Amino acid sequence: MTADPLSSDSAPAVLTQGLGKIFNPGRPGAVEAVADIDLTVPQGGFTSLIGPSGCGKSTLLRLIGALTEPTSGTVEVLGHDADTARRQSDYGMAFQKAGLFDWRTVSRNIELPLELAGWSTSKRRARSAELLELVQLTSFADHRPAQLSGGMQQRVAIARALAASPQLLLMDEPFGALDEMTREHMQTELLDIWERTHTTVLFVTHSIPEAVLLSRQVVVMSPRPGRIDQIIDIDLGQRTDDTREDPAFFAAVTQVREALRAVEREAGPALAMPVADPTS
Amino acid sequence: MSSAPSTPTASPPAPTASGGAGISTGAWGWAKRRAGGIGPPLVAGLVIVALWEGLLGWLQPDGFLLPPPSRIVAELLENRSQVFTALQTTGFVVITGLAIGIALGVVAALLVSRWRTAAETITPLAAALNAMPIIAVAPIFNAWFGTLAPRSNQAVVIVVVFFPVFIGTAKGLSQVDDIHLELMDSLAASRWRIMREVRIPNALPYLFTAAKVTSSLAVIAAIVAEYFGGRQDALGPLIVQSAGLSRYATAWAGVAAGAALGIGLYLLVTLIERLSIPWAMDGHATNS
Repeated sequence: MTADPLSSDSAPAVLTQGLGKIFNPGRPGAVEAVADIDLTVPQGGFTSLIGPSGCGKSTLLRLIGALTEPTSGTVEVLGHDADTARRQSDYGMAFQKAGLFDWRTVSRNIELPLELAGWSTSKRRARSAELLELVQLTSFADHRPAQLSGGMQQRVAIARALAASPQLLLMDEPFGALDEMTREHMQTELLDIWERTHTTVLFVTHSIPEAVLLSRQVVVMSPRPGRIDQIIDIDLGQRTDDTREDPAFFAAVTQVREALRAVEREAGPALAMPVADPTS
Repeated sequence: MSSAPSTPTASPPAPTASGGAGISTGAWGWAKRRAGGIGPPLVAGLVIVALWEGLLGWLQPDGFLLPPPSRIVAELLENRSQVFTALQTTGFVVITGLAIGIALGVVAALLVSRWRTAAETITPLAAALNAMPIIAVAPIFNAWFGTLAPRSNQAVVIVVVFFPVFIGTAKGLSQVDDIHLELMDSLAASRWRIMREVRIPNALPYLFTAAKVTSSLAVIAAIVAEYFGGRQDALGPLIVQSAGLSRYATAWAGVAAGAALGIGLYLLVTLIERLSIPWAMDGHATNS
């Protein structure tokens, strides 16, 4: 739809309309993972997807990344259809597991997307050095991933996702497996990277404080099938070390928590998970 | 398990890809400790040899049926040119058979992981080949390839080596981390790049494990095949003929030469493994 190069600049980073996905359609094991997703992520934004487990957050992220085919509806990434965007490396992706290659050094892991894009060796070296500095791992360039801690591995994975300077970063619970302190460091670092690189981020998380701290926009999803329940704008201004203790931060956390509880109540007892429910 | 009531209507979570666990960390640590600790097995071996020597001298002074190690060594030295020639002949059969068998196994595994039709064609055939009592067909191979040529013995070794290498490598090519595949997919990598960057490196530790197992298996297969034919200046005929003439010490010298060949090949494969896949030898913890 965009022969006009200007339109990709003005187009939203992500635009989905009536997006739905059914796994194993027409068969006994059919599962409707997400339905009727209309989502707009503005360029330069930081949007989190949050919802009970099994609400299709990860599926939605994979639909946007064209890693799985939608059953209905459309996805546009930066004005192109999702598969075109994937082919021209418009987005980078980070997962809950770092997913580094043991057989490559740290710097060569970061260079992988550039090798696939056909960059010359010297340009690759320069770029990976830049990224190692960004994630503060310069002295670990020639280490093997197995020699790094979980948090360091995840930083390498983020550097790899950023390697080809994508305009969009898709992140699937990238800090989910980290301990609390490492997680806070990584959140601060990610915000810093986001501000410096002007990359749009779409972030899947289970953690309410994480979603509130990082995002400008929190998308609350309801389960079975996953739908957008509401979109909460978070206005905390520039994040600092004090933001985590700011009353406005707690107010926003409460707002998102209330929304999630409402979603879980509607979904019934099957989802009344460990969250203590004041109404019961 | 949560304390929340679970209902039978709860549908399973969306079948998004979940990461498979990495290959066994423990095995690498074990291999490393094994290779690192040469001392204990060496001492144990020396103790066994000493006991053998001492007990035999006391129980069976003539050492006729089971000669003491000193006699075997003496025999080995006395007949060294004969044993050495036999070792060379058998060594040639084993090394060429091993090399060809591994190459065929790897090629078949690559084909199978690349094309579904190849998988459906090759896998049952390979399994059938493996189920065949290979030692029993050695005489038939002699008829095909000539009784006195080494080719029939090579064929036996190739068939014995092929299957473990094929199965091991095919497993390594297919059991890759889901995250790695998704990542390559997100980077719009071609099937060839996925093969090169993900599947082949992932399969190398499996290939080396299979190569180590088959390096000893190949020696056994070659010697047994030689009982039925092939060149007469090989370890198999040396052992059979010496035993037939009641020259047991010479027979044992042939056995020792065969064992040395097996151990040498095993160590060679281990060395190549250490040099070519250092990442898998660190006793590493997989990414989490």
